[in-house]
This record gives sequence, structure tokens and C-alpha cells, in this order.
Amino acid sequence: MCQRMPHESNNDEAARGIRMTPKIKQETTAMNGDEAVAFAVKQCDVDVVAAYPITPQTIIVEKFSEYVANGEVQTEFICTESEHSAMTACLAASATGARTFTASASAGLALMHEMLFVTSGSRTPVVMAVANRALSAPLNIHGDHSDSMAERDSGWLQIYVENAQEAYDSIIQAFKIAEEVGVSLPIIVGLDGFTISHTLERVDVLSEDVVKKFVGERQFPMVLTHEGKTVPFKLDPENPMTMGPNALQNYYFEFKRQQVEGMNNALKGIQEANSEYAKISGRSYGNGLIDPYKLDDAEIAIVCIGSTAGTLKVIVDQLREEGMKAGVLRLRTFRPLPVEELRNALKNVKAVAVMDKSMSPGGLGAPVFNEVRNALYDIKQHPIIVNYIFGLGGRDSSPRDLRRIFEDLTKIAKTGVAEKQVHYLGLRE
Amino acid sequence: MSSKEKTWKEISIAGVPPKSSIGFMTGDWKTYMPVRDLEKCTTCLTCVMFCPEGAIKWRPEMGKIEFDFSFCKGCGICANECPTKAITMKLPEE
Repeated sequence: MCQRMPHESNNDEAARGIRMTPKIKQETTAMNGDEAVAFAVKQCDVDVVAAYPITPQTIIVEKFSEYVANGEVQTEFICTESEHSAMTACLAASATGARTFTASASAGLALMHEMLFVTSGSRTPVVMAVANRALSAPLNIHGDHSDSMAERDSGWLQIYVENAQEAYDSIIQAFKIAEEVGVSLPIIVGLDGFTISHTLERVDVLSEDVVKKFVGERQFPMVLTHEGKTVPFKLDPENPMTMGPNALQNYYFEFKRQQVEGMNNALKGIQEANSEYAKISGRSYGNGLIDPYKLDDAEIAIVCIGSTAGTLKVIVDQLREEGMKAGVLRLRTFRPLPVEELRNALKNVKAVAVMDKSMSPGGLGAPVFNEVRNALYDIKQHPIIVNYIFGLGGRDSSPRDLRRIFEDLTKIAKTGVAEKQVHYLGLRE
Repeated sequence: MSSKEKTWKEISIAGVPPKSSIGFMTGDWKTYMPVRDLEKCTTCLTCVMFCPEGAIKWRPEMGKIEFDFSFCKGCGICANECPTKAITMKLPEE
């Protein structure tokens, strides 16, 4: 069980999301990100967990198998022989109407690649925690976003968290978001490998019945079967239906368009889950899609995902004291991309740096940069946007490194010129 | 695609088919379909022999050739082989 700690006053509000007075009593625990994920899954009344361990996700599976062994959950726990099988088992379990969870990282996620598309295309709302880690070669077990960024187009929703508390909160929200009838898509909750997955933090947890009530029963969209019946979309001997058929030139395209609509609906669903969760927990993360910090009057800003935002917010506080109009936008939801929110939040900023913990060799910058710059292109007076690739293979980025980006942005904002678009931060050159 | 096909808003999610496999004809795959000019056709049966799908049938009792569009894939071999050029491949809307 988690180590209990006396309730302490919270001094790092900026790094931990906005806290309101919670209406429901919570327990303060100390858990690392992985344990927080496992604990959240324990509370969400999950029917099936099929998983295969891989660093830095291992603790999630380890911890959850303890809950199963101790009889603390009723979950069917399937130890599979590979991640490909784990995702296949999740897909099949979810198709029967079971609430399903798995976790992976790096090479494990890459091995799931094929089944990720089948899962999203089959509209099965599997929830997966990804403890983000670099991909080989060279072999590296540390944190960066190469694994889930490579699954950008797999049709999964993607949320990236800033700390262990948000990992706990987001897993609970993820079931609600993914299982909403209009969404019915699987979701990845990304937590930075080691930085979040293995770092012991204070995590306030809700009681199990409060979580169960929030997540609710799984909902199903209705479908028309070959028997001419309109029934809930799940494998059911009473209402047989064909799942996973082929759809060729005449229909495949239409089904792909439906997935886009699921993504569009999730924009609303994520915001609703965020605000509804705030009511019971006192915690919210921006509007659920973006988490801006001191951005209202900012002239320069950094866009990032994941744990880096915590450090950036501290730097912004320092820069603000020095009179610099700096801000941070943490992109919490990467899929669906909150295009309108990004435009509104960044339209008055003069220079923006987008930080990427992954790269697209041979491309112009990395995924988050590509997406943010693409979204802002249609604003008449869009800011100058540059890319900083950093932290690959878990390389640490010091506050001094990050502060240098703001200094670069000040220069760009003043001159109106960016000498180059893509920078490598903390690289020996 | 022909207009009888439904839009993405009208169909169930995830490819759940509204009819059993008996209801899905492989002839749905075709883009072009063969159109026979009865004046040029000499009923030589070359097309019947060359059709790789057996979708062109000779009905001796009626003395007629029949195209079964439920199975015709629109490959155009019949049009290519027809000695009198009685068969042309056309889009359904033509």
C-alpha cells in the first residue's frame, strides 16, 4: 500500500495544477506516477487488464497484479506473452463490453503498433498508460516522447500529464472520456518515463465510491445489425453482430471519417471531464485541452507537453519578477489537437518556442512543433514559431537551459527574425 | 462511388454490417461495367469463356448471354477479347 503522509500545505500550486477547495474529503498519499496510475485503475472498476511489463511502465503492472493477488479488485488480469498480444486481448475484452486497461512504453508500444489501429478502428475505448521512453537504437530506457509520438496517427486520443497527481486524475478521466458514446475511441495517457513514473510525489486520492460514481457504467453507441435490430455495440450472444469485417473501396473511407468525428467529439468530452472532475476533486488542468500559465499578456511563450511544464512555470515566475512578459502553454491534449484553443491562446504572442522530446529525422522539426505551427498558420498575424528539440534519451534540461529559450525568444520578438527554425537544446555541438 | 451507398453519418460505427455476408455482392467492387451492343454481338461466346469470374452466362434454352453484375468485378477482359467489339466498359453513371 501507499505510504501515508500528513497533510501538508501546498506550496507548488503552479506545478500541480489549480487547486480549489475540494468538496469531498481526500486522502494524501505518497506515490510515484506509476503507482498513482495503478491506484487510479484499481478505483475505476476495471474488468480486464492485459499487460506485459516494460521499463519504465513496469511498476504499473506490478502494483496492479498485487491488487489482483490480494483480492483487492475483481479484475481479470491477463499476463500475455507480448505487447502485441496484450493489446489484442484488450481489444477483444473491450469488444465484449468490458472496461479495459493496459500500460506500455517504448519498444512495447511499438510492438502494439498494428493492434493500436485495430483498436481505434474497432471503436473500443481501451485506456492505456504510456510511461514515455526512448526507442532503440542505441538502447536507452529513459524518458522521451518518441514512443507515443510515433503512434500519433493510430487514432488514439493522447493526453500528456505533468506530474503524478495529474497521472492519477487523468486515468480516472480517461475512462469517462473514451467511453462516451460520441467518442468511443481508445486513449493513451502519457507520463514522462522516470521523471513522473518513478518519482515519489504527493498524490491526493479520492475515495473509491466517489471515483466509481464519477466514471459510471460503460456506455455503448447503438448499431444496426444484420438482423435489422438496433442494439448496443458489444459482442452479445443475444444480439449477434459482425465485428471487424472488411470494408473495401466502397466503405473504408467512411469509417475512417467516423473516427475523426469521434476525435472532434472528444474535444468537448475532455473539457467536460476536466470541469466535472474539478467539482469533486478541486483539481483542474487548464480547460483539459490546454493548460496556459501567465499567458494572457505574454509577448513570448513556450509550448510544451509533459513534466517540463513544471520547470518552465517556475522560470516564468522568475522572469515575470524581472519584468519579462513570458508565459507557458502546456499542451495537455495532443490528440485531438485543440486547434481553436491554441490559436486563441497564442494569437497575441510575438514569438513562440515549441519544445519536443522526440524528433522526426529528415523533417522540419518535430511533431508538436509541426502541429502547433500548422494550427497557427491560418491566423493573419501569427507569431514567429521555432522548435527546440530536447531531452532525448532522458537527457536532463536544467532551468538554465530552459531560461535560454526565453532569452532567444526575446531576441526574436525584438528583431522579428528567427535565424533558424529548429534548435537542439542541451546537445554538444 | 455510386449514390446508392450511404454516407459516414448514416452507417453504424466500426464497420458493423447491416446485412449478413450473403447480402454483400462482390460485384460491388467494380468501377467500370461492361455494356453490350446487341447489334454487334454475334453470340460467339468468347466472353463467356474468357470471364474469369463466370459472371457471363450462356442460356442455351433462351439463346441468350446474361451478365451477372452481382459478381462482375469490371475487369474488362470480355471487352478486350470480344472479336466484334460489341462490349465497351463504362462507368455506371454513363
